[in-house]
Amino acid sequence: MNIAYSTELICFLILSAVIISGSLAVVLLENIVYSAFLLGGVFMAVAGLYLLLNASFVAAAQILVYVGAVNVLILFAIMLVNKKEKLKPIEGLRTRKLISGGVCGGLLILLLRVSIITQWNLPGPSSIGEEATERIGEHLFTDYLLPFELASILLLMAMIGAIVLARRDVSIPRDDINNNNNKKSLSDKKIPLLSENSLK
Amino acid sequence: MLENSIGPVPLQAYLMVAAFLFCTGVWGLINSRNAVRVLMSIELMLNAVNINLMSFSSYIDGSIIRGQVFSIFVITVAAAEAAVGLAILLSLYRNRVTIDMESFNLLKW
Repeated sequence: MNIAYSTELICFLILSAVIISGSLAVVLLENIVYSAFLLGGVFMAVAGLYLLLNASFVAAAQILVYVGAVNVLILFAIMLVNKKEKLKPIEGLRTRKLISGGVCGGLLILLLRVSIITQWNLPGPSSIGEEATERIGEHLFTDYLLPFELASILLLMAMIGAIVLARRDVSIPRDDINNNNNKKSLSDKKIPLLSENSLK
Repeated sequence: MLENSIGPVPLQAYLMVAAFLFCTGVWGLINSRNAVRVLMSIELMLNAVNINLMSFSSYIDGSIIRGQVFSIFVITVAAAEAAVGLAILLSLYRNRVTIDMESFNLLKW
């Protein structure tokens, strides 16, 4: 075993340990802010796994999109809805957790068994390594062109939908509309985007 | 089984990490009471699927790499899903002033 092999093995072990412990902490920790930051760590470790798999472009996209956009978005949402609330206890919570833990453990055992028992078609054709970025570009502009364009439309729709769902309603004060003297000057009147009523 | 792989890390190791990540995500999705944590669990599950796609693309489909293109699309859809999900969460919070999943039972009968 030469040094490249052992380095790759050690990197894989460290990254998978980070992923496993980080994902457990994301799910189990009480404080949601810790969970959000650990989620960023898990995303970065997944990007490291992609680097081990000779996919530098997807690793960069993972860091940019997940750590840079999704994780920051989640942190924003946490800070917007950050209210310490007393969750009212529900009966049978412990049995519910145990049952779902059993189901997920069974699913895990099933998946592990499938991945070990199946005869994968190995070794496949040799990896093209750093040419992967060019090959992805070729794919995106030839045989995956339609999904690519649909993805752009999807992103546009998601952006507009998120803005429409999340913005506050801008309301004009009622007496301003009913007052006859104001009727002419209503269009001249500057209505603040966040009026005092909507902030309450 | 495990010995006919190219590198020091077999394909099955990646699949095991992804399976564990997926099951953790499912457990968190079922058991979280904080709505933000539910979205985080969904992101974990999407990442597990991405690891699977990437490892298959590298080990079995090394010259055409369709799996990498697929995982780029999955990343795109995940970003859109996170944006819309958090916007829905914000408007829910504005209407019900809580993010406890147990209190979002308007459609339950």
